[in-house]
Amino acid sequence: MAAVAPLLATQALSKHFGGLAAVREVSLQIQSGEIRAIIGPNGAGKTTLVGMICGRHVPSSGRILYRGSDITALRPWQRLRLGIAYTFQVTSIFKGLSCYENVALPAQRGLMQGFFARLAPGEPAVAARVRAALEAVGLADLAGQRADELAYGHQRLLELAMALATGPQLLILDEPTQGLAEGEITAFCALIRRVAEQATVLLIEHNMQVVLALARRVTVMDAGEILAEGTPAEIERHPAVQKAYLGR
Amino acid sequence: MSAGRRILALHLGVLAALLLLQFALPPYHHTNVARILVLAGYAIGYNVLLGYTGLMSLGHAMFFAAGMYGAGLPVYYLGVGAPAAFGLGLASGVGLALAFGLMALRTSGPSFLIVSLMFAQALFLATLYFNDVTLGDQGFILSDKLAPLGLGGAQFGFHEPGVKYNVALAIFAACLATALALRLSALGRVLIGIRENEERTRLLGYDSFRYKLVALGVSGALASAAGAGYALLFSYVGSTFASILFSIYPLLWTLLGGVGTVLGPLLGTALMFYLVDTVSGVTSSYLLFVGAALIALVLWFPQGLLGTVRSRWLPWLP
Ligand SMILES: Nc1ncnc2c1ncn2[C@@H]1O[C@H](COP(=O)(O)OP(=O)(O)O)[C@@H](O)[C@H]1O
Ligand SMILES: [Mg+2]
Repeated sequence: MAAVAPLLATQALSKHFGGLAAVREVSLQIQSGEIRAIIGPNGAGKTTLVGMICGRHVPSSGRILYRGSDITALRPWQRLRLGIAYTFQVTSIFKGLSCYENVALPAQRGLMQGFFARLAPGEPAVAARVRAALEAVGLADLAGQRADELAYGHQRLLELAMALATGPQLLILDEPTQGLAEGEITAFCALIRRVAEQATVLLIEHNMQVVLALARRVTVMDAGEILAEGTPAEIERHPAVQKAYLGR
Repeated sequence: MSAGRRILALHLGVLAALLLLQFALPPYHHTNVARILVLAGYAIGYNVLLGYTGLMSLGHAMFFAAGMYGAGLPVYYLGVGAPAAFGLGLASGVGLALAFGLMALRTSGPSFLIVSLMFAQALFLATLYFNDVTLGDQGFILSDKLAPLGLGGAQFGFHEPGVKYNVALAIFAACLATALALRLSALGRVLIGIRENEERTRLLGYDSFRYKLVALGVSGALASAAGAGYALLFSYVGSTFASILFSIYPLLWTLLGGVGTVLGPLLGTALMFYLVDTVSGVTSSYLLFVGAALIALVLWFPQGLLGTVRSRWLPWLP
């Protein structure tokens, strides 16, 4: 079997906060087109790991390869331009702005090439991208609403629309279903399946139902390290996982 | 009417009203309004940084003064004409803003405020220290050095009230147009993103340092254009304009009119100007009244006058 180069690979990636090793020598590979879930107890280092991948955190050691090239030294905005988009675990939207404006900022990014386009990328083109992203998450009717007036579930969806508007190739979602109602979660899973037709998805998720419904492979983290990796069925059977994570 | 047209109509209407106002004003107010227009240009420049980008400076007098000395010194010593002097003032302000930004924008929040204050104090002290050249706080007068403006064969002297008023209005209009265009542009959207949530904006693909530097450059350009215009129109250059008070004024004007609104700085400058003018005719402790007005403002209109109007009645107001 010919080895396919992974879309993303981390090599012995570590992050220390003072004396605390939040992530220790994690080597992870993600293939193009897959939906990968990362699970693990609180404090396992999941958010810190993806924070290094999208450029929020500078690694203490190790490397990050994207499409085979080393992106460890790239700044967050440069990584976004390569197609790596991230949604925050703690909703991070522009609360004082309308939904439209929230999505327009990432939507115009790709249109700002060249000097004049930087000043005026053309509002119709921006508006079309905004509409597409808001429609994808089902918020098109609320475009004019201020973000802080939205229901919590809608704020999570707005966060996702902002990431979609960048046209991501690798979409990193940090506990996207946290705090959503049952019905919202079902709709969310359908949405992620649609998104995954275009993009690779890296999903940190606590809800095992969502993990089982979406992911073909699951990575389990604990205490900053990868504990196990495999199909959802393998992971459920894994003794270390049952002990450390599923609590059996 | 579409939102874009409504915005354009409002701002053109304000400019047209200001153009007509000169024919209705008695001489005393005529000069006052000319001063207000130039100072409002300064406040608009300040607001680009505070209102659009979320960076509070306490050192903007350095840009106003850079424009003032950059234009005034060449006129005084070299007899340079008004348009070239204005260009030199503008270039001094932009150059200073970019050089300052490269150093100071590594900080943010309160540290940025302190750093801007320190830089401005250094420039202020320099205007006193190089007394031989700048004539310190005594300053110098330009009127007998400045050649009248020749335009299509006609000569316009800066002492003529009509010339003063219309040049002041032109400077104000240029500042207003720049601020409005910036506010409505893709660039303005990025600046507002930085103001609201800088980390998020960086993760959405924008190098926030570069955008803040651009905002500072534009802010410095408008402030120095106002400083250069003030020197040429009112014929005086002195170190008072580089003092901390002149850094605080644009903050007050902007707070009063509405932080982050395009027309707020004009409203704030005009109201504060006439408040000080009226009160100082009655008592010498006019700063007390200014203070009281500000406390009332913070209590009842924390978003400033136009900010309140926008959030209550006119959400489309830029
Ligand atoms: N910015 C930070 N500064 C210091 N410690 C941090 C920081 N972010 C996370 N940590 C610590 O690193 C560990 C891993 O956290 P995190 O990556 O958020 O875990 P998870 O997302 O798996 O719950 C925790 O012990 C957490 O307290
Ligand atoms: Mg987390």
